[in-house]
Amino acid sequence: MTATVTRKASADRTRPVRGRRSSGHLRQERRAGWLFVAPAVIVLVVFLFAPILMAAWVSLLDWNGQSSPFSGEADFVGLDNYRNLLVDAGLLRSDFMLSVRNTVYYVLFNVTGAVVVSFALALAVNSYILRGRAFFRTIFYFPAITSSVAISVLFLFLFQGAGVVNVVLSWVGIDGPSWFTDPRGVLHIVLSWFGVDGAPGALSDTTLGGLSLWDWLSGPSVAMCTLIMLTVWTTSGTFMLFFLVGLQDIPVELEEATAIDGAGAWQRFRHLTLPLMRRSVVLVITLALIGSWQVFDQVFILSQGSPAKTTLTPAYISYVRSFGDGQFGVGAAVAFVLFAIIIVLTLVQRWVGRERRA
Amino acid sequence: MQFARTSLAVATAVAAATLLAACGSGFDDDGDDAGSEATGATEGGGSLTVMIGSSGEAETVAVQDATSRWAAETGNEVEVIPAQDLVQQLQQGLAGGNPPDVFYVSPDRFRMLAEGGSLYPYGDQIDDADDIYQSLRDAFTYEDELYCAPKDGGVHALVIDTEAWTAAGLTEADYPQDWDGLAAAAQALTADGRVGLAFTGDYNPVGTFMLAGGGFFVNDDQTEVTADTPENLATLQYIKQNMDAGTFAFAPNIDAAWGGEALGSGKSAMTIEGAWIVGALQNDFPERQWTAVPMPAGPGGQAATAFTNCWGIAADSENQAAAVDLVNFLAGSEQQQTFAEAFGPIPSRASLADWNAETFPEKAAFAEGMDNARSQVAVPGFESVLADFNTQLEGMAAGTVTPEQALQTLQTNGEALLAQE
Repeated sequence: MTATVTRKASADRTRPVRGRRSSGHLRQERRAGWLFVAPAVIVLVVFLFAPILMAAWVSLLDWNGQSSPFSGEADFVGLDNYRNLLVDAGLLRSDFMLSVRNTVYYVLFNVTGAVVVSFALALAVNSYILRGRAFFRTIFYFPAITSSVAISVLFLFLFQGAGVVNVVLSWVGIDGPSWFTDPRGVLHIVLSWFGVDGAPGALSDTTLGGLSLWDWLSGPSVAMCTLIMLTVWTTSGTFMLFFLVGLQDIPVELEEATAIDGAGAWQRFRHLTLPLMRRSVVLVITLALIGSWQVFDQVFILSQGSPAKTTLTPAYISYVRSFGDGQFGVGAAVAFVLFAIIIVLTLVQRWVGRERRA
Repeated sequence: MQFARTSLAVATAVAAATLLAACGSGFDDDGDDAGSEATGATEGGGSLTVMIGSSGEAETVAVQDATSRWAAETGNEVEVIPAQDLVQQLQQGLAGGNPPDVFYVSPDRFRMLAEGGSLYPYGDQIDDADDIYQSLRDAFTYEDELYCAPKDGGVHALVIDTEAWTAAGLTEADYPQDWDGLAAAAQALTADGRVGLAFTGDYNPVGTFMLAGGGFFVNDDQTEVTADTPENLATLQYIKQNMDAGTFAFAPNIDAAWGGEALGSGKSAMTIEGAWIVGALQNDFPERQWTAVPMPAGPGGQAATAFTNCWGIAADSENQAAAVDLVNFLAGSEQQQTFAEAFGPIPSRASLADWNAETFPEKAAFAEGMDNARSQVAVPGFESVLADFNTQLEGMAAGTVTPEQALQTLQTNGEALLAQE
């Protein structure tokens, strides 16, 4: 609450100043201000806004990537690429819908997993009873600074059919799956334990975007779960730092006060730590959400969308359609739909996580 | 501090400007000069860039040696760029109007590049072009015009673990001649922890089976999809039956990344691969004793998929005459022999078949039957269609997709693509 008050006060202070327009000194200051931000603005415009506009143009073309898209050699096809992607039944739409399903599950489990794990890690390395906290902070951050390519290759070996993970599982009598080649959805697997092997009629007959509801409800495949484990492990180090900063901002006096008032560890966590950490949690969820919708490099290295397209993601489709099939217009259209999905979801998530006034 | 920040900002601005200038230079090309008239002078003084998708150090060094020998003879300069990702780097060069002069082109990307006007068609300038296998020339022919010179070529062959073969009581006389023989051999070789025949579960080996079964994905001139035919159905059913019997398997299903790994690690006794398996087995599984025999004949006779690359020359190249001269040097008999000795490709020239069979007896099978071979589908956009077929094949192995469904899906997707053309 204190923060809001300060911000309002400073806003009040600047307002009358902005009202008085002229004053040569001020104008000079403003010009200097623009001068100082100019490099950043130029870099943003040239490397961010201009390419976005160029890509938007490409997404309206049937462009094979072999000439300049602005030379007029490529046919202008209007919204055809978007129509093939979202409306017309065909391979592209079914691939895209599969990729959206895969990514929804990926995002769901990845964001939850990353937030929970990194919060737990932050709590652990922030606690006063842990010895060698600096050491643990460093090693928990290690996966984040290692190249994702190296980690992906490492996971490939760990999760082979006869790899380390399955050997360890066999010690406790579990016959592990062949992780990266198992296309079964985990929800389908769980349902089959309760005797639901095939799709109930209503679910298999109703389709959304050409994909039956039963297929939408498959859950992430075993292969996708491996991918989720990988990204949770690599990203939680970075998010742990965000949480750690938040935790260290919590005044010790408050914790002592609640302890004196007789609150237990869980009550302290639930009613003191968590409310004060709201901003950190919202930040981490936002970042994790955006990052996980764009998942590409792990898919590119580990699975290329297989098994049975259960690790296909929109970003990977965009790449394959562009460079594999020479359909750069389609690739750009996929990228823009992905962009829209991310923006909408981020807005929704900001709205849900907003600070409500008492 | 203030000073440091200003200088940082200035440095950033300068860097950005430099980058812009560098990027921008690609976009000022003055239109299409893909005429039949070669640009540039033949003799001396030119400089060429050659982009290759190298299989490794041996190939890079061999190409560098060859090009520098040519450069020394003709007084040109040649820079060899081993691409990390040829497809992507080449595409960037083309989109920027600044492609390398000479580069590798694979058959499945050839037509996209030819249609896009990115390739300079120099088929009529290739020395002794008739000596190059017909199937390889077909792979790089678009609208009756040969565009580029195949640099090497080879077909799928049946690779056999000879120790397992003799242990199963089989002799050289038993090498399978037809599909029944193949199924019988696979059955004899299947043992605990080992399947008889394993191959990568994708469209390439399955396409080879389809050819032998008298079918293929598309018709001869690649204008129609011919996936859903009785011949292809019989082929898939043959594979499926043997998979159900446990004598055939897709490599990923027995925990091997590809056919070579399945054979090398002893998880299968036979596999179907091209000549690239030779180097891989030597490097990764030097203990494995093996031999390669031509693919057994199916109901449609003996046939296999051919794999090749050609030396593409950019339509935008400013030195096409010199580039053609370089390619004629690289694709000539003498240089192909040097390459074969250096890093193992199979020569694309029929006149070298005997030399190849004598010098590298273990590779003879990969060069046999080149006349009945067909190369990969070249229709732009077919990659996604075949990738989907791979998924159908996975489903077929898992029992969730029938051979009929797999072929129908392939037919539908392929037709939809061709309708867009």
